[in-house]
Amino acid sequence: MYKYDQYDQSIVDARVAEFRDQCARRLKGELTEDQFKPLRLMNGLYLQLHAYMLRVAIPYGTLDSRQMRMLGHIARKYDRGYGHFTTRQNLQYNWIKLEDCGDILADLASVEMHAIQTSGNCIRNISSDQFAGAAADEVTDPRPWAELLRQWSSFHPEFSYLPRKFKIAVIASDEDRAAMRLHDIGMQLIERDGVVGAKIFVGGGMGRTPMIAPEIKDFVPYEDLLSYLEACLRVYNRHGRRDNMYKARIKILVHEIGAEEYARQVEEEFAHVKTLGIDPPRAELDRIAAYFADPAFETGVSDDIDCSDPDFALWLDGNVHAHKRPGYVSVTISLKPIGGIPGDASADQIDLMADLAERYSFDELRVTHSQNIVLPHVKKADLYALWQHLHAAGLGESNLDLISDIIACPGLDYCSLANARSIPVAQKIASRFADMNRQRELGELKLKISGCINACGHHHAGHIGILGVDRKGTENYQLLLGGSGAEDVSLAKITGPGFDEDGIVDAVEKVTDVYLANRAEGERFVDTYRRVGMDPFKEALYG
Amino acid sequence: MTDSFTTDGVVDNALRFRDDEPHEEPAVTLDSFLGQSNATAVRLETGEDARALLPHLDRLQLIEVSFPVFRDGRGYSAGRILREAGYTGELRAAGDILVDQIPHMRRCGFDSFAPDKPVDAAVLQAALARYDFVYQAAADDRTPVWKLRHG
Amino acid sequence: MKLLTGNDLKTGDVIWWAGGEWSRHVEDAVDVTDKGESLAATEEAARRVNAPYVIDAVATDNGPRPAHIKDRVRALGPTVRLDLSLKPADPHAGNWVI
Repeated sequence: MYKYDQYDQSIVDARVAEFRDQCARRLKGELTEDQFKPLRLMNGLYLQLHAYMLRVAIPYGTLDSRQMRMLGHIARKYDRGYGHFTTRQNLQYNWIKLEDCGDILADLASVEMHAIQTSGNCIRNISSDQFAGAAADEVTDPRPWAELLRQWSSFHPEFSYLPRKFKIAVIASDEDRAAMRLHDIGMQLIERDGVVGAKIFVGGGMGRTPMIAPEIKDFVPYEDLLSYLEACLRVYNRHGRRDNMYKARIKILVHEIGAEEYARQVEEEFAHVKTLGIDPPRAELDRIAAYFADPAFETGVSDDIDCSDPDFALWLDGNVHAHKRPGYVSVTISLKPIGGIPGDASADQIDLMADLAERYSFDELRVTHSQNIVLPHVKKADLYALWQHLHAAGLGESNLDLISDIIACPGLDYCSLANARSIPVAQKIASRFADMNRQRELGELKLKISGCINACGHHHAGHIGILGVDRKGTENYQLLLGGSGAEDVSLAKITGPGFDEDGIVDAVEKVTDVYLANRAEGERFVDTYRRVGMDPFKEALYG
Repeated sequence: MTDSFTTDGVVDNALRFRDDEPHEEPAVTLDSFLGQSNATAVRLETGEDARALLPHLDRLQLIEVSFPVFRDGRGYSAGRILREAGYTGELRAAGDILVDQIPHMRRCGFDSFAPDKPVDAAVLQAALARYDFVYQAAADDRTPVWKLRHG
Repeated sequence: MKLLTGNDLKTGDVIWWAGGEWSRHVEDAVDVTDKGESLAATEEAARRVNAPYVIDAVATDNGPRPAHIKDRVRALGPTVRLDLSLKPADPHAGNWVI
């Protein structure tokens, strides 16, 4: 875990004082809402349907027990006893009072956390692989690189008023668990001739014009990285469209001028920027990386697990991931109980997860882009005890990557941009498929729901995607098939006319029936869709 | 009531962070600047290429960069590009400028400001003094923390 | 009928113009006819409301019902957390929204 030094702490403390002042100026009437809005947005404070909403950054989704407990404390003290984990590994509070914001930020700063740049047209929280530092398949731990980028992007004087928001993801394995190529910049750390560097993808994203980021540079070594990214951003800041906010993301620029031309302009800018001396020395990466050194893993620990409890065996089968060290696994805690609200956790659950991390996972937790929580380093011998705690607290759902492990945005129940509610649809689908045997029979099936075209629920990247729209004042749901946010990245296609709330649940059931009837040995839903195409699904839905 | 600086197109001393005498000549458009050889002040509209000025920097005493709406951040890049190319004359940000944006503009090399709306002196002072440390190198002389860490 | 709504500046609570004062309950809302915009300007300037706007609504026996679902969700609270809504005791409160 990264630890702030005096400089980091000073900057975050200054930010608390600054935002406290800005809020006070607003409350005193020295700022109008129009003037305050860009300031609050730069700090993750929105005015949502029911109240102010505060988005807290969880850099690259990593936090320790102390930080997790603080999230629970804030939920209890300033909000209504819960928080919502988001697809960008952040946490949102839905019921925040403007007059409390300064105190909340001060509480966060006391555990080295903040809400800096969690909204606004700036570089947002850097996201990463939830298994970073634990995964058996990674080239290196991506988090030191992500922390380097966090610092570089924080209060970047040139890139705080970009044409539009800017999201960066960093991964370090071929398996993509962070939807890397659906980011404005995706970085995959790779090793070449014994040197670790970044393969750079630019111009991915979801929203109303989903695009998969093309590769624009095969390898950027550490020594050039910030200069290269600065060049990427400068080309965008200067030439990204500002005439139409729906065409302002970098994906549109890259698409309009072409990846090759964009890459050429970046090269040209890089040649100049590289002369400015803005790249930190290798010692800085080493300094950061030292904080992410392995915890004190035990050696010679057993790989045996007693699976005699069938419920535990089920959970074990679905919710653990291979670890780089023998005798250990990474555990995913599902925040998707059947009929629950995807990504929501009560303050008590947050506290419990903090306690369990302390006890069983070297004090570490991760947030996944699928809105679940990971305990990255759990000894196999501790799994049964851990599961019993989770199970008792309603956190033992064994549905990871199954149809009820649904990504859903807050939708019209909370969000002022939404056109339709997402959560009730997620709840009904999960309830329809509540039978675990049925879910397991369907296998890996990533279902993602957005309540509007902005696509916070990643519907374009769902094996099954659902988009809520407003049809003459009533909620209507379009069905999409064939997307993926993983290494087999693809964009889902719409099936046809939409459905009402109950209709969309039936429609999901119909397409899963088509899959079961057509699948070949070993095929997931999305594999069958790719092989047989849209027609049989359309026939079942509309025929 | 704290002091506030009204500008009316004139840069108040408190919004000018230079010791030399203010430049008197009115700024001309980029097109007319490139078309005539003797102008020493130019106004760059947002979206105009700052690099078009690079061959002429040594005869320029004032470059005014427009910020038509506060959201339009192209001028931040323009400022840095001019300073990175060695421009030492006055670099003025003009237009829809919020007081809380001025610290970033200072970091991008701007050293005078002509905001459309008055700026509160106390708020500006507090904003400029707010951060003791910065994470990145930019067009000012502040030392990024990585350099402080590693000497 | 026309209603004037917005959020409380300090707390963020959804509020409705109830004639002379603001209420958290849409049942209290009054028809602002064509006075909505000017009321909004005065009240916002006095910082008694944040981001006010005028909406269409229908008068019913149970009070005004906003025409758009978004404002009905605002009037009630999240339909998926009725315990946090303004009608925590009514398990069917969500039906009013749809």
